[in-house]
Amino acid sequence: MRILLVEDDKDVGSFVAKGLREAGHVVEHADNGRDGLFLAASENFDAIILDRMLPGGVDGLHLLETLRAQNNQTPVLFLSAMAQVDDRIRGLKAGGDDYLTKPFVFAELLARVEALTRRSKNEGPQTKLTVGDLEMDLLARGVRRAGQKIDLQPREFRLLEYLMRHAGQVVTRTMLLEGVWDYHFDPQTNVIDVHVSRLRQKVDKPFATALIQTIRNAGYMLRADEA
Amino acid sequence: MREAGPAATLAPGPRARPWRQGFFRRFRHPRPWQPGRWTPPALLRSAGLRFAGLYAALFGLSALALAFFLWWDTAALLDRQVDASIHADAEGLNERWQAGGLPALIVTIRDRLVENVDDDAIYLLVDTGGHRLAGNLDRWPAGVAADDDWYELPIVRDNIRSLARVHTFDLPGGFHLLVGRDVEARVRLRHVLTDALLWALLVIAGLGGVGALLVRSVLQNTLADISRTTAAIGAGDLSRRVPLSGRGDEFDHLAATINDMLERISRLMDGVREVSNAIAHDLRTPITRARARLEDALAHAAGEADLRAAIERAEADLDGIVAIFQAILRIAEIEAGARRSAFAALDLAPLLADLAEFYGAVAEERGIAFVSRTPVRLPVAGDRDMIQQAVANLLDNALKFSPPGGEIRLIGEAGGESVRIIVSDQGPGIPEAERRHVTERFYRGESARSTPGSGLGLALALAVAQLHDGTLTLADNAPGLRAILTLPARRAVDV
Repeated sequence: MRILLVEDDKDVGSFVAKGLREAGHVVEHADNGRDGLFLAASENFDAIILDRMLPGGVDGLHLLETLRAQNNQTPVLFLSAMAQVDDRIRGLKAGGDDYLTKPFVFAELLARVEALTRRSKNEGPQTKLTVGDLEMDLLARGVRRAGQKIDLQPREFRLLEYLMRHAGQVVTRTMLLEGVWDYHFDPQTNVIDVHVSRLRQKVDKPFATALIQTIRNAGYMLRADEA
Repeated sequence: MREAGPAATLAPGPRARPWRQGFFRRFRHPRPWQPGRWTPPALLRSAGLRFAGLYAALFGLSALALAFFLWWDTAALLDRQVDASIHADAEGLNERWQAGGLPALIVTIRDRLVENVDDDAIYLLVDTGGHRLAGNLDRWPAGVAADDDWYELPIVRDNIRSLARVHTFDLPGGFHLLVGRDVEARVRLRHVLTDALLWALLVIAGLGGVGALLVRSVLQNTLADISRTTAAIGAGDLSRRVPLSGRGDEFDHLAATINDMLERISRLMDGVREVSNAIAHDLRTPITRARARLEDALAHAAGEADLRAAIERAEADLDGIVAIFQAILRIAEIEAGARRSAFAALDLAPLLADLAEFYGAVAEERGIAFVSRTPVRLPVAGDRDMIQQAVANLLDNALKFSPPGGEIRLIGEAGGESVRIIVSDQGPGIPEAERRHVTERFYRGESARSTPGSGLGLALALAVAQLHDGTLTLADNAPGLRAILTLPARRAVDV
């Protein structure tokens, strides 16, 4: 994946760039808004990570608005210290696809950036999701694994659907909280783990292989085990 | 606004905020009068004087209009009367002419002149040569020629100049007759009115001037209170309020509005102060702890494994610090009330059902009974995310302190004017004495220092309740804690 990182802080910028490269991505790093806008407008990227407050006369919001005005639909993730609800809303309204506030955990950033590009690829409406021997019929709201019907509660169904749509990608607890429950707070208890473990009881336990993996210090991943 | 990097790079550069300086400088030093602009003397700069001047001008104009209409109407009435009497006179003379010819006419004119007590009638009968046959005018006035027509002209009678309105007739045989009335009275009337108006203007100017000074002093006295108060507040004394006169007039309304504004400003200021206190107090301890651990690791770590462990602990410590920090800022954000504009009609019933399902799973896993009961509808007006978070905090707390085998209840109730959300557990509860503190802003109980989380969950729930004009009360659940979040119910007419 080719990712443009627009971040003026040297330490944060090089930390993120290093992490992304280690994860196998190609990173262009601009440390001011003007260069960022130039790069974003003249080259093709799979995703842009954008700071809100930037030197160089072009701030993040302005950069994104200019980009969208040019009909450039590259997915954008805001990475900002502006953490108020209104800041977040403004960022998303300006055309941002996701909003992560600083300080952040790198695994969260990586997972969200990777999810962003997946989202942009699958634009067309799907009626069926398949991961390994797990099949989900979105119209009939039915789930089968290895031909065997699995009964899920509505929320469990949505949880599994989210995991399947992001199959092969790390999905963090916050992403599940926002994507499945539409909650924007941080529960003090391990609620997400409990719900995932309930889902595992139904989806993984009766079968030989486990599809839902726990990724340490990050979250979960649903994938068909090739090994 | 940066999170990392040496502090030295923060100070200069485009991120410094130039507006801050300019903004405050403008407030501290009122802009001096610019030398190039004309500045009126102090007295004329008074708003009271301007009001009074405007008032006097309006008054003068209305007096002028009154005088004008009075003149107009009276003059028209007089004219009509004169015309009518001239008409009647001419009719009479015509009859005499028809009946007795020229001699009769001459006699009649003479009789009428004698009988005219008011001395305002004017007649003149001349022959073809323009010689006077009868009447009280010396000669036929110049410029009067046409037959059967009206004229208004100056005349000289007994050496007195005056104004007359006349009607001319041509008689058979080349005689000309002129019948008229002296209308000098109308001129006198106009003089009277003009004089009266001039005097009135003088009085208006005098009264207006006195009125202006009165209005000015009244305005000054009333505004002086406001001016004094705002000046004192500008100087830093935020406790001052504008005194109300109790008359309930516009100035009282203004004063009340200003007082409300001051109340809000001082609340916000208190909030800021408390936020900084809370940050100083609540963050200093964990930061100290994290720093000590890192320093200890640096000095005493036996190997890489030790160092790694120390770094991981430090990371967790930092996350904890960030959690507290974010909770404090979130509470401050809620208390500032900026999100009130995002209030919408909201049914809490499905919201509570979702939360019950969300947390119920955790309770079940821990062997805690979870009972949830909500009516079909619980309409309120509010911010969905905030209420969700407030109730979630209460449930988080309940889960955190519930022993296995205990019971947690989430009850929604609609009762008249309000909607109540009750979260109760069977944990250790909070001692009566501490309960009051818990709902103080930013209060972290002693237990919060040893359990994970910001410890500000209840404070946040309280802030959310207050933003919605509701309350959060804590009661004894015997055993355990019963938290009651009360929000105003939305009536059918709202939102």
